[in-house]
Amino acid sequence: MEYEAVPGRITSGPRGAKPRRTLSRRNIVVYGTLFVVALYYLLPLYVMIMTSLKGMPEIRIGNIFAPPIEITFEPWVKAWAQACTGLNCDGLSRGFWNSVRITVPSVIISIAVASVNGYALANWRFKGADLFFTILIIGAFIPYQVMIYPIVIVLREMGVYGTLTGLIIVHTIFGMPILTLLFRNYFAGLPEELFKAARVDGAGFWTIYFKIMLPMSLPIFVVAMILQVTGIWNDFLFGVVFTRPEYYPMTVQLNNIVNSVQGVKEYNVNMAATLLTGLVPLTIYFISGRLFVRGIAAGAVKG
Amino acid sequence: MTGQTRGSARPNQWLRNLNAKIASIPMILTAVVIFVGGTAWTVLYSFTNSKLLPRLSFVGLDQYERLWAAPRWLISIENLAIYGFFSLIFSLVIGFVLAALMDQKIRFENTFRTIMLYPFALSFIVTGLVWQWLLNPQYGIQSIVRSLGWTNFNFDPLYNSDIVIYGILIAALWQGTGLVMCLMLAGLRGIDEDIWKAARVDGIPMWKTYVLVIIPMMRGVFITTLVIIASGIVKVYDLVVAQTSGGPGIASEVPAKYVYDYMFQAQNLGQGFAASTMMLVTVAIIIVPWAYLEFGGGRKRA
Repeated sequence: MEYEAVPGRITSGPRGAKPRRTLSRRNIVVYGTLFVVALYYLLPLYVMIMTSLKGMPEIRIGNIFAPPIEITFEPWVKAWAQACTGLNCDGLSRGFWNSVRITVPSVIISIAVASVNGYALANWRFKGADLFFTILIIGAFIPYQVMIYPIVIVLREMGVYGTLTGLIIVHTIFGMPILTLLFRNYFAGLPEELFKAARVDGAGFWTIYFKIMLPMSLPIFVVAMILQVTGIWNDFLFGVVFTRPEYYPMTVQLNNIVNSVQGVKEYNVNMAATLLTGLVPLTIYFISGRLFVRGIAAGAVKG
Repeated sequence: MTGQTRGSARPNQWLRNLNAKIASIPMILTAVVIFVGGTAWTVLYSFTNSKLLPRLSFVGLDQYERLWAAPRWLISIENLAIYGFFSLIFSLVIGFVLAALMDQKIRFENTFRTIMLYPFALSFIVTGLVWQWLLNPQYGIQSIVRSLGWTNFNFDPLYNSDIVIYGILIAALWQGTGLVMCLMLAGLRGIDEDIWKAARVDGIPMWKTYVLVIIPMMRGVFITTLVIIASGIVKVYDLVVAQTSGGPGIASEVPAKYVYDYMFQAQNLGQGFAASTMMLVTVAIIIVPWAYLEFGGGRKRA
């Protein structure tokens, strides 16, 4: 990786076409620092992978940085299918499917609601709308803990407390501020003539949304999707508060598996389970690259 | 649609833009019922002696007196203060320094950025569990250093109640600095190249240009980042649960965990409401000046 530090390259003398020196003291400081920092960030991932591929005897004798002498995938199998939480011993697989069943509808519903909302705010301004929007944005800063119990009551009254439906509603609610902001700003940035022309042609609210806005805004939908998928998948608090154990999302189940007090701690299984839980957001992160950065920059308020 | 039969005759004020209003119902409900209503409800019930169920029997400031007399709450506040102070300083400093390094027209910028930001994609639970493992004194960093010959080396923050909060801080910084770096880098990229040229012509050393020119110019970015970090600090919960569960003893408790435990475990709703109201106050103290700077006092550019 340290291309600059490779010896044997022409590194000194003002003779070459390029006047910039590659091995200047400044470069060594810059790349050296970044290299050390990169190691610090990568270390936990490395240790997780190494630990998850070792057997328990090897963990007890060896250090956590040593690569496994004998690679075994048994911890992964166990974490996925056999690890115990409470009375159930069917591993993380249940939590994984719960998370899928929570994330998919939450993402679709919250984006559908917020995009229409942002569109209304950007193009169909009505009296008072800005006030509600301001409240919504300020509301995003209020700690969730303040609103949790009233929501429990509302969900209980609706008869969906403890179910997946209830949790999907909660994710939609808390996704609303940032997603609406995202879509409102995007739609407001589109040329107004487009909207006006469609109006002159007699297109209404929904026609303009589906025929003009939606096709033009695929990138922002992707950003919103990345933001929501990672956010909802990584959620812990709402999962713990608003669902019953059989519906626990993967994060909650993971915490219960690793931090359970009884029994011998199987660090290799724990690390395999942790990696399994991190796999979905990591995959999205590595695939989406710059779009992820845009998404989190927009959604940082939510975290 | 149902309203059209009545409203078509005279242009009713309420029916103008009806579709937009219908589309905004979820937003209006969320804003009014959940954010305003829910917050008001919690604040109101924090003055009652609700135990297992919310009851409207007012007891004045009793819950707050009890709260501020509870050792566990005081430790939570102290932890939050330490964690908040250091995480603000370190995130900003490390984030800015990394961004400044990344801004030197380096090779592999993408690779470095990817590496620094990936922890942010992970759940706090995942982060907490990894660092629980790395900081495990029997197998983790402590045992490695000891096996290298420093047999008296002690580094077991998660098992030492005096320094446990710093153990949590390490994990938090690992997860969060990448984001700060990205925000700062965006801020640096927004600064005109000519500023750098002018500084170079004047012979001002680089570090001085950063401190005296660039950082003051990035005031907006710094404030935004500060607000983002600060509101995250107040909410810190998952990380503590995953790393220490509040232990050893109650040494790493934080306010968000206090709220959860009193509402859903100890069945002492009044305490939970009072504690969450205190969290609300803390956030308000951060947000109000920011909102004033950002939106009040005339329109300034961001």
